[in-house]
Amino acid sequence: MLRAAARNTLRQVRAKSGYADYDLNDPLRITESLQEEEVMVMNAAKSFCDATLRPVVQDWWRNEKFDKEAVFGGLGDAGLMGPTIDGYGCPGTTSVAAGLISREIEKVDSSFRSAWSVQSSLVMHPIYTYGNEEQRERWLPGLAQGKLVGCFGLTEPNSGSDPGSMTTRAVEKDGHYLLNGQKMWITSAPIADVMVVWAKLDGVIRGFVLERGMEGLETPKIEGKMSLRASPTGMIHMTDVKVPKENLLPNAKGLSGPFGCLSSARYGIAWGALGAAESCFHRAREYTMDRTQFGRPLAANQLIQNKLADMTTEISVGLASCLQAGRMKDEGKLSVEAISMLKRYSTGKAIRIAREARDMLGGNGIVDEYDVIRHALNLESVITYEGTYDVHALILGRAITGIQSFK
Amino acid sequence: MLRRTLPSSMRAVVGVKHAVDYTIKVQVKGGQVVKDVRHSMNPFDEIAMEAAVQLKEKGIVSEVVAVTIGNAKAVECVRVAMSLGADRSVHVVGDQTAIDNLETLQVAKIFAKLHEELQGDIYLMGKQAIDDDQCHTPQMLAGLLNIPQGTFAAGLTVADDKSSVTVQREVDDGHQTVNVSLPAVVSCDLRLNTPRFPNIRNIMKAKKMPVNTMKIEDLGIDLTPRTATLEISAPEARKGGGKVADVDELINKLKNEAKAI
Repeated sequence: MLRAAARNTLRQVRAKSGYADYDLNDPLRITESLQEEEVMVMNAAKSFCDATLRPVVQDWWRNEKFDKEAVFGGLGDAGLMGPTIDGYGCPGTTSVAAGLISREIEKVDSSFRSAWSVQSSLVMHPIYTYGNEEQRERWLPGLAQGKLVGCFGLTEPNSGSDPGSMTTRAVEKDGHYLLNGQKMWITSAPIADVMVVWAKLDGVIRGFVLERGMEGLETPKIEGKMSLRASPTGMIHMTDVKVPKENLLPNAKGLSGPFGCLSSARYGIAWGALGAAESCFHRAREYTMDRTQFGRPLAANQLIQNKLADMTTEISVGLASCLQAGRMKDEGKLSVEAISMLKRYSTGKAIRIAREARDMLGGNGIVDEYDVIRHALNLESVITYEGTYDVHALILGRAITGIQSFK
Repeated sequence: MLRRTLPSSMRAVVGVKHAVDYTIKVQVKGGQVVKDVRHSMNPFDEIAMEAAVQLKEKGIVSEVVAVTIGNAKAVECVRVAMSLGADRSVHVVGDQTAIDNLETLQVAKIFAKLHEELQGDIYLMGKQAIDDDQCHTPQMLAGLLNIPQGTFAAGLTVADDKSSVTVQREVDDGHQTVNVSLPAVVSCDLRLNTPRFPNIRNIMKAKKMPVNTMKIEDLGIDLTPRTATLEISAPEARKGGGKVADVDELINKLKNEAKAI
């Protein structure tokens, strides 16, 4: 009786002071700051993911399956590819909307979001930004519709964090270019039609668009992955691949070319990783509220509540920062170091949250039916690619101190 | 209401409600339903939109007009409708109190008023909204316009000469097929079709399409509620069940405890 009276008083106090009730799904009310178009994009992405990706993810991740038409074609039909590009069959929406798409896809699985990121930020973006009009017309519509699958070849077996040390070479010969080298850890390589490959031409890094069917071009699949299993990853082997002059991207010279693409992708990952974290948080909450031990639900325990509190705090604060970054990006006010900060934050927190959720689910946490182990294993890749957690710290360190600690 | 001569091209008017999202668990606080939650297009209205767009794709309907009645945020609903294929839309807007007080009769009257200008040949709506589950508006609209209705449609075929529509209705004991002359009101049930999801390219195009906004108070309709809400409470939390020893005990419990017989 006293508790009811206290609750009523609290309600009156809240109402008078102008405070709202807590929203478990959106504590900082990010949705209120979205434009109408962004809400629609988010809902459309969510519908697509729930209808097309969610039903297959458990089976595909377990068995390393991938249906190119269903995923790329579906994403294309829904208009989700290259969201911020204007024209060429792309929506031309805001950076925040692009981030929301990333988050919705990664709520299902990081494998799908990796495939989408590569297509949008690492293939369509360089062709749009560094290519000429003929190249844009040639490839962008097919990529936007998901009829063409793209991949991005920068990393090599011996050059990951240090892309400047790449050994892939292009030489000019008889009116075309000959490419030799190997790229590794390339998302979608085994199924790609179009490949943006970075190679040194006369000592300068340039971007070349290679196409499936070119002689000397092989894309073997990397086997034995325990992460991102619902997305095929491979190598790009080039032995005297003849690349026509029309396939050289004219406006990218040096590392700024690939880095421009990576910054765009990293921004999307900052949103996406938090989507995976959100899935893990909700799963952990649901599980600990249902499961009872010692006569009470696990969620009644202080240790559990502390963990849930940490999870939701990190996710909400992360999303609010991503929203700010998205707005700044569209105004041209976002620095690449800020993107490093958020990619590092989101992936670092997400993997911690996924692992903790696994722990909270006990034995059930190790089976794919309960999702969290799948997210935790995927995030091992997400925290590593596009710049590892530590490398982003050094990028920030350089910005903070002016001293480059990695050379 | 005068019948039009047989149209060579039809206009479909689709009613789309900005209803509480189906994923939200509705709560009652302080004797009121908590309305400050996520809203989206009523799922049965999505089915109605899909039916209209399919008719347009087949060349039977030449124009689809989406209509919503709601607060300022409800414009999102018609934008989604336009991204799905509506050619234009109408947003009848009212403040939150006016919208909260709306009853199905007034909603039907608003549509009847809009008919004066829209002259729809077929009115398509979801069979009911998932937030209030009234299931009145399509039927009342047909009554107000004095036109036929085909409700709970699981199947829909427009006659070749566009003079009538055959509606396969889902009823409690099976299916009933009716043929009604046009113009008519059709309410859509779950199995009529599977709605497409909006394409983001079309969402962007829909942003630039015109929405005809009208204020609810300008329509000249008496919006006074006919009913008074006495009390709103959440359903009782489910209690555990129990076992009975025999049929006599079962009957006793049903009669005296549950008061069900």
